[in-house]
This record gives sequence, structure tokens and C-alpha cells, in this order.
Amino acid sequence: MKRRDFLKSGLGAAALCGTAGVVSEAEARPNLEPAEEAVGMLYDSTLCVGCKACVYKCKEVNGMEPTYRDGADYYDSASDLSGDTLNVIKIYKDGNGKYKDAEKNGFAFEKRSCMHCVDPGCVSACPVTALERQNRTGIVTYNPDACIGCRTCMTACPYNVPQFEYDETFGQINKCQMCNQKGVERIDNGQMTGCAEVCPTGATLFGTRDALLAEAKKRTALKPGETYNYPMGDLSKPDSYHEKAVPDYKDHVWGEKEAGGTNVMHISAVSFDKLGMPPLEERSYASVSEGVQHTLYSYLALPAVALAGLSFVVKRNADSDEGGEQ
Amino acid sequence: MSAFKPLGGRILTPAFLFFFTVFIISLYFMVERFTDGMGAVANINSGYPWGIWVVYDVIIGTGLACGGYALAFTVYVFNKGKYHPLVRPALLASLAGYALGGFGAIFDMGRWWQFYNILLPWNWNFNSVMLEVGLCVSLYIIVLIIEFSPAFLERIGAKGLLKVLDKVLFFFIALGLLLPTMHQSSLGSMLIIMGYKVDPLWQVVHFQPLLAVITAMIMGYSIVIYEASLARVSFGGSDETPLLSVLGKVAVGLMAAFVVIRLVILGSQGKLGLIFAGDMSSILFIIEMALFILPAVIIMSPAHNQSPAKLVIAATAMLFAGSLYRFNAFLFTYDPGAGFSYFPSGPEIMVTLGVIAFEIMIYLIIVKTLPVLHRSEQA
Ligand code: SF4
Ligand code: SF4
Ligand code: SF4
Repeated sequence: MKRRDFLKSGLGAAALCGTAGVVSEAEARPNLEPAEEAVGMLYDSTLCVGCKACVYKCKEVNGMEPTYRDGADYYDSASDLSGDTLNVIKIYKDGNGKYKDAEKNGFAFEKRSCMHCVDPGCVSACPVTALERQNRTGIVTYNPDACIGCRTCMTACPYNVPQFEYDETFGQINKCQMCNQKGVERIDNGQMTGCAEVCPTGATLFGTRDALLAEAKKRTALKPGETYNYPMGDLSKPDSYHEKAVPDYKDHVWGEKEAGGTNVMHISAVSFDKLGMPPLEERSYASVSEGVQHTLYSYLALPAVALAGLSFVVKRNADSDEGGEQ
Repeated sequence: MSAFKPLGGRILTPAFLFFFTVFIISLYFMVERFTDGMGAVANINSGYPWGIWVVYDVIIGTGLACGGYALAFTVYVFNKGKYHPLVRPALLASLAGYALGGFGAIFDMGRWWQFYNILLPWNWNFNSVMLEVGLCVSLYIIVLIIEFSPAFLERIGAKGLLKVLDKVLFFFIALGLLLPTMHQSSLGSMLIIMGYKVDPLWQVVHFQPLLAVITAMIMGYSIVIYEASLARVSFGGSDETPLLSVLGKVAVGLMAAFVVIRLVILGSQGKLGLIFAGDMSSILFIIEMALFILPAVIIMSPAHNQSPAKLVIAATAMLFAGSLYRFNAFLFTYDPGAGFSYFPSGPEIMVTLGVIAFEIMIYLIIVKTLPVLHRSEQA
């Protein structure tokens, strides 16, 4: 009896270690690749003048109320993303805040809106496929008819983008859908995004991911002080250009690789951690999570085998129980 | 014949009325949540979308409801028939805990009126850990009802049904072992995709499911010991201390494994230094580890493990250890970045207390009216 018990606990321990081994060996699938015709935006922080035309336009396109702060009702002054604000311009400030795009004693702008991740955490985490990455454009869309409001997408988004309408009786998630949701469909109609269209400096530029990435790399490689002719609007057919001296860009295109990359990319003269970007590595969390989950479940083969084994053991033990206490 | 007997006696005791009052107060805020939106009651926000309603009611609540699961392992897999007397009360507590977890999930669900979407196969996203948790927990609640149903069937004297059930029960018991293993480990896996938001001392990536399932077992054993001791103190009955102290020893083995595995993982990830960083996370980590080690020391000491009072202390420490582990990982050290903070509001806490009170009320009613507790001596 004793020896059999001992063997059994030994087996249990071995099973535990075995599982641990299997899982730690779990091959995360590789990060997803960008969609074939992925569209996105390039936000150049050094060009942004903080006019917030894009914030206003975004609300107009999405039919959302302006947000007022400190009793001032003359200007939309949302301080962060919310159920009513899908796009916001934030400010970095250091010391006396005198110099634009300087980390010391300077200031800089930063756009916050959905990054349209290449390998989106929100999509991977949503139990009911309410969030989806569109095959062709790579745009990450939301379907309120499927959503159950569990807010797992919010925990799984590295940028804290999806916003639940906590103040509504029947709230939903809101996030930027690149102005391409039903009833708006700017991209499908060959238009550019609202925020890129109204940007007076080209700080928010619309285009394909490939073209924008090339443009971003070109800019960060320029010599500070040189003049460069900056395009505005849609990179494939710019409305106009303006010449400007090149700032001292950081040699970093945010969104080229971070957590699998994003379709909305940023460049800046101030380092991104100062602008509030999260600490991300190249591997997407979604790929690791899916790797572990699929290894454990192997599409339900493993649980099925386990269930058969457990049924056998339980039945045998239950029967022997009736024959007399052991 | 079963020696399980209803306790009988008055239901409306002063203790019961206290829980009832708590529940009625919480009902007010539950209604408000449905009429005015979640923001009217809870302090959850864009950085902390999950507050105590998810982390306590569901993630910790179901862990504390793992008594039936842990005991089923002991009884059926390791074939320890003598623990049978503890099974029914443990199953009842599990059923109450899981049902209330499910109830908590409904009023925490932002779009509750569409909850059925998770049951429709064409919506399923097999990459989602949340899908696995949602489906498995729903299924397990049904399994628990079936496993517990003999208590009810005996009461109404449905002999025919009992016979049929007896033939197939083994399958549901097996399911009752499999499903919690699956979803309790997945509760840990949910942390993986949260990435940097989970503190490095708790973000063990691939090992999340393993640590989660071990804590589920520990919490399960501790609640069995705790409840059995408490039931004996409040309702009398046979002294199960010798049985309990053996269960305690199994739990000690699990706790030792947990502590060792965890330190090895943190070591292999180069994070041991963080334990002594002296910040909030390191302090919480040390308290948590102490709570895992303390009960082990009590139960291993021959002078203590035969004393019901000491066992209750050990079980309480274990309960807190498992709960704190989950609280720390999901809430206390969870950090979505600068500019966000969360502390539950009064009404939000009240709702959670109401849920707990409701759970206890159900437990009390059922042990008094159905054959749940084992009454060998009086029988
Ligand atoms: S930024 Fe967040 S919401 Fe947008 S696609 Fe990425 S994970 Fe989803
Ligand atoms: S809140 Fe809605 S969109 Fe987000 S994960 Fe849950 S079901 Fe999906
Ligand atoms: S793309 Fe459209 S929805 Fe998205 S931030 Fe710009 S204006 Fe707003």
C-alpha cells in the first residue's frame, strides 16, 4: 500500500514537471507579418505644433462630443483617450520647457491613438472575435455586436488604447478604426484618415506602411540642419510640401519592430520612453501567449487524452471503493 | 447508506441576518451598476479595466472554490476513500464559489446583455485565453451541479435517478478534475499577454499556467481544512483533525514545490535581485512568500499538526498566501504605465462583500436542509 502510494505521488510529481517542461519548450509562433497592403500613418513629433486640429477632426469623423476641462468650453481639451476621445495630443515638458524637441529644458508633442499593431494583443485576447485585423489593410476593427464587454482587450493592449464607456448604461469599447468603420469608410473610398487630412504641417502623414517606413528611415538618416521638403496629407499623392530645417532625430522608428511592429509609426527628437511609450521588446506578447496556450491544448487533443485517463482511474477507484474500503 | 445528514435547525439565525443585511445593501449598488453604468459604482478606468470584481470575485473566488477539485484528486485519483466525508461540503463550497464567480462575471461584463455571444461557436477566437476560461468555467459549474445533485436527489428520494447517476458519475468526476486544471492554469496564462504591465516578479511568462494551477490546489486544500474545522466549531460533529492534518501535509508538499519552483524560475530569469529591491513589489513578494512558508512550518511540526486551532491558523495563512499571489499579480503590482491608479470605491467593495455574503447564506441554507455534512456519530 505504502509503496503504491509513493509510486503514485511520484507519478504526480513527474506529470507536473513534464507539463512544466513541455510549456517552457513551447515554441512561440513567430510574430505576424504586416498585411500585404497595410495602410498606416507616420507621426513626426518634430513637425507637430500642438494645434490639435486632428483631435477636433477625429471627433467630427467619429461623431463624438468635445471634452472640456477646467470649465473652459471654448476648446476641446481632452487630456487622454476615453470613450469619447480616440486621438489626443500630449505634451512632454522638462525644466523651463523653452526649447522645442529638446530633452533638457524643452518640450515635445506626442500623438496617442491606436497604433494598429501588426500583431495586435487586443485581437489575440478577445474571446469573441469582436476585434479583428483586416486581411488586406491591416486595420484593427471593432464590432460592438459581438463584444461582451469583458475588457480583456484593454489589459492586452500594450498602449492602453481600447476605451470602455464606463459612464453609459449600455457602454461599448471605442478605439480608432483608421476612419474606416461602417458608415465612414474613408480608406475604402480612397480618402486618407481624418487626422492626416487636417494636419497643417504633415506631422500626421497617411500612406502604406512600406512607404511610410521608408520615409521615416530617410528622415532619421538626414543630417540635422539640412533642409528637407516635407510632404503633407497622403504620402502617395501629397497635397503640398513645405521646406524646413531637419531636427536632430533619434535614430529610431517607433513601430518598425516593437512587439511585432505597428502600422502607425512615430519618429521624434526626444526618446520615446520620455514621450510615454511602453517598454516593449521585438517579440509580441500575443505570439508568446498563443504559443503557450496552443502547446497546452494542442487543439484539445491533450485534454481529450487526459479526460480518458482520468475517467479510467476514477472509475476503477470508485468500483474498488464499493468492494470494500482500502 | 450515506451518513450525510441535513443539519436542520433554524435558518434565520443572527449570523444569517447579518449576511442578509450586507447582501441587501449591496443590492442597491448592483442595481445602480445596471442603470447608470459601471463607472457609477466602480473605480475601474482605462489603465485598470479589471478591479476587484474580476480579480477578487472571479480570479481569487474561483481559486478559493477549488476545494472540490483538490479533494476529488485525493479521493478518486489517489484512491483515499476515507476522505469521502469531506467531499460533499467541499463540493457545495465549490459550487457556491463558482456560481458566484459566474454571477460576478455577469455584472462585471460591460455588455452583459450580449453574454451569449461567448457560447456561439462562430464567435470563438481560439487564440484567446479568455475564451478558454469563460467556456471552461461555465461547463464546470454544470459539472459541479451534477456532482452535487445526489445530495438533493437523496433528499427528495429520487432513487431511480440516483441509480442512473451513479453509473455515469465517474465521467463527471473526471471532468471535474480536468476542467479546473484547464481553466485554473489559464487564469495564469491570462497574465502572459499583459506583458510589461505585470510586475517582473510575477511575470514568469511560460510558467504562469503551472504556478496558477499549483496555487489553485493549495487554495483548494486550505479551504477544505478551514471549512471543516469551522463547521466543526460551529455545528459540532465528528473530529476530522487527523484527516485534515494529512491533507495539510499534501498542501505542504505543494507549497514547498511552489516556493522552490518559483525561486528557480525567477533565478533562471535573473530576477532574484528584485526580491530585495526594497520597493512595494519586493515587500509584497516577501509577505507572500512568508505566508506560503508559515503554514508549512506549523503543519510539519508534530506538536502543532494535531491541534485544530493551529490547523485553522495554518489554513488561514494558506488562503491568504494563494489570494495574495493572485492579487499581487493582477492588481497590487499591476502597472499599466504612468498616469493611472486604482483603488476600489466603497460601493464597489460593498458589491463584492454582498457577493460573499450571498455565498455564505446559500451555504448555510443548504447544509441545514440537504444531506451535506457527514454526521457519523449522531447517526
Ligand atoms: S494599439 Fe492596442 S488597440 Fe490598437 S491594435 Fe495595438 S493592441 Fe489593438
Ligand atoms: S471588451 Fe469586447 S472587444 Fe474587448 S476583449 Fe472583451 S469582448 Fe473583445
Ligand atoms: S485615423 Fe481617424 S479615428 Fe483614427 S485617430 Fe485619426 S481621425 Fe481619429
